[in-house]
Amino acid sequence: MSAIVADTTKHANSYLTDGTTIRSWLLTTDHKRIALLYLGSITLFFFIGGVAAALIRYNLIAPQGMISSAETYNRLFTVHGVVMVWFFLIPAVPVTLGNFVVPLMLGARDLAFPKLNLISWYLYILAGAAALYSLIAGGVDTGWTFYTPLTTAYSKGHVVATIVAIFIAGFSSIATGLNFIISIHTLRAPGMTWYKMPVFLWSLYATSVILVLATPVLAMTLLLLAFERIFHIGVFDPAIGGDPLLFQHLFWFYSHPAVYVMILPGFGVISEIVPAFSNKGLFGYRFVVWSSISIAVISFLVWGHHMFVAGTSLYSALVFSILSFMVAVPSAIKVFNWIGTMHGGSVRFDAPMLYALGFIGLFTLGGLTGLFVAALAADVHLTQTYFVVAHFHYVMVGGMVSAYFAGLHFWWPKITGRIYPEIWGRVGAVIIFLGFNLTFFPQFLLGYLGMPRRYHSYPPEFEVLNVLSSAGATILAVGYLLPLAYLTWSLFYGKRAGANPWNATGLEWRTASPPPTENFEVTPVVTAPPYDYPVREVEQRHV
Amino acid sequence: MWLFLATEMLFFGPLFLAWIYSRHWNQQGFDAGAQHTELIIGTVNTVVLVTSSLVYTVGVSFIEAGDSRRLIQCCVGAWLLGLVFLWLKFGVEWRHDFERHLFPGSDFAIDGPHGDGALLFFVFYFLGTAVHGLHMIVGLILVGWIIFRARRKEFSAGFYTPVSVVGLYWSFVDMVWIVLYPLIYLIGRGA
Repeated sequence: MSAIVADTTKHANSYLTDGTTIRSWLLTTDHKRIALLYLGSITLFFFIGGVAAALIRYNLIAPQGMISSAETYNRLFTVHGVVMVWFFLIPAVPVTLGNFVVPLMLGARDLAFPKLNLISWYLYILAGAAALYSLIAGGVDTGWTFYTPLTTAYSKGHVVATIVAIFIAGFSSIATGLNFIISIHTLRAPGMTWYKMPVFLWSLYATSVILVLATPVLAMTLLLLAFERIFHIGVFDPAIGGDPLLFQHLFWFYSHPAVYVMILPGFGVISEIVPAFSNKGLFGYRFVVWSSISIAVISFLVWGHHMFVAGTSLYSALVFSILSFMVAVPSAIKVFNWIGTMHGGSVRFDAPMLYALGFIGLFTLGGLTGLFVAALAADVHLTQTYFVVAHFHYVMVGGMVSAYFAGLHFWWPKITGRIYPEIWGRVGAVIIFLGFNLTFFPQFLLGYLGMPRRYHSYPPEFEVLNVLSSAGATILAVGYLLPLAYLTWSLFYGKRAGANPWNATGLEWRTASPPPTENFEVTPVVTAPPYDYPVREVEQRHV
Repeated sequence: MWLFLATEMLFFGPLFLAWIYSRHWNQQGFDAGAQHTELIIGTVNTVVLVTSSLVYTVGVSFIEAGDSRRLIQCCVGAWLLGLVFLWLKFGVEWRHDFERHLFPGSDFAIDGPHGDGALLFFVFYFLGTAVHGLHMIVGLILVGWIIFRARRKEFSAGFYTPVSVVGLYWSFVDMVWIVLYPLIYLIGRGA
């Protein structure tokens, strides 16, 4: 192990100090700096989306609504949805952690197209500016799904500006996806065969395939929508023979795969962290790899399950229901493999591992409740209720955001060269886990009892559960503000990190923390299998 | 580049899907709309565009043999043909369409029981040709960039990757048109 730990004393030479002007940051093509640019902008949008969420929960404290106008409430949940989906969840792990770590894991100097990488950040910023404009100008009240004909004919919000924002953000995603796929194909270090790649790379590969193939469908759909909105005549307008259901089909053909864009990178992060903190090789490496790929494939075949009650045919609904159940298989394979990895390992409960364990628990609950809504009969009762809201928040927030924080803590020493305060990291992880469950578990009950989503008021009998949920949201908010505080603190006062503070495998840990601009002084050569951790004989006995 | 073209295919895919789907439900309206299109301009344009691609491809084989001068000539030819297409499409055909009030709006020209379907047809017509036209303009810029680089003697028999990549794109724009052409001009004309 000690042989691969590089000299850690050369901080003067890191990518952070290579050029200190603003220009050297804004025109950089270094993937590590672009990752930090993204980290800053994504944190901003996470904050905006979070404030909207806080106001939603504030409103729902009282049955008649704390905010007087239903219109305002509609705009709040739309902002929350649009910002969180397109400006946080979809880009979060790929463009921050992925951008930083992918070339390092590959043993490469940079991504295949560094300039394209920078362009994708500027596209993201442009899209973000358009989104902020529509927000400041008054917002949108259609929900993040933009269903027609509400969007095209009735909404009074700034629909077109928001659509433009999402359209541009899509191109940013496509650029990132292309860059990752091509980098993984062409820039692997000598000796790194496909099956020696860390799972994080595999899962980003699967993610990128979805980004590249699904996002353009959304782009064209939004174009058709914008045309109809501007000229008041269009293809989704039933008055002239168009079909609003067509919009739902096209929208979900993108948006369901996009759900896996949000969660697959999370799987990758967890697959890195669990072996590192169990000090044991990843159990069933090839199963984990191929479950990512099969999720990416199946993701394109399940969009119809969003439309069970929209008037599609019974037979298509049956097929979509069965296909949706099939997603559970590769997801479960992953969960069992992570547990198999921990079994017999020597587990350390550092903050990244706590987040990862939180992820496994919450994702499992979110995934299992997904089966409820994938079942036709149950979905008729549960669709459009808080059950669905709770389900996807367990996957997206409990799963994905936990994975994002897990990865951020895991690679923080590599990114900044500083160690965050461990005790606060653990406290934060626990607070987020507790706050999250208090916020969203009551929503399962609410949905089961029949409380519909997207209303700004509700019958008084739902008050207790709603107050519980809002109380949980305040705890969750503290949990999210805490890392912001102590991670920022550690930038200035944190202990210096060595090259490999976690004793983890993977090429990124073989270079200094923070890495020099050129990443590696000598191109690394890969000879060992991935996850070459000491405790391996245990696994071999089980296989 | 092939990956990028896959992205592009999925960009145009929904348009074609929606087009055919809507046509299925409004067949007579779409037929009525198609009969108002200008078959001659459309056909000439198809020939022009395919020829442009052919010329460019010939240019690619010249640079494979190391002939940079012929490559430039071919690129200029392809570029001019592309320009002719744009002029015919937007300078002539669209102008006629606007004069005849075929742009979807309150003064839309086609009345009667199938007026609505025809309206929908022209939504697709204008959106489809506009998006294709944008791709054409990007293509012209790219071909121009190839000419510029070829004049600076940057390409040889040993290095011509950008030339082939732009060729892929230029042919892709053709293929989109090959789908659009029957959708606009041919299907429905016989009815």
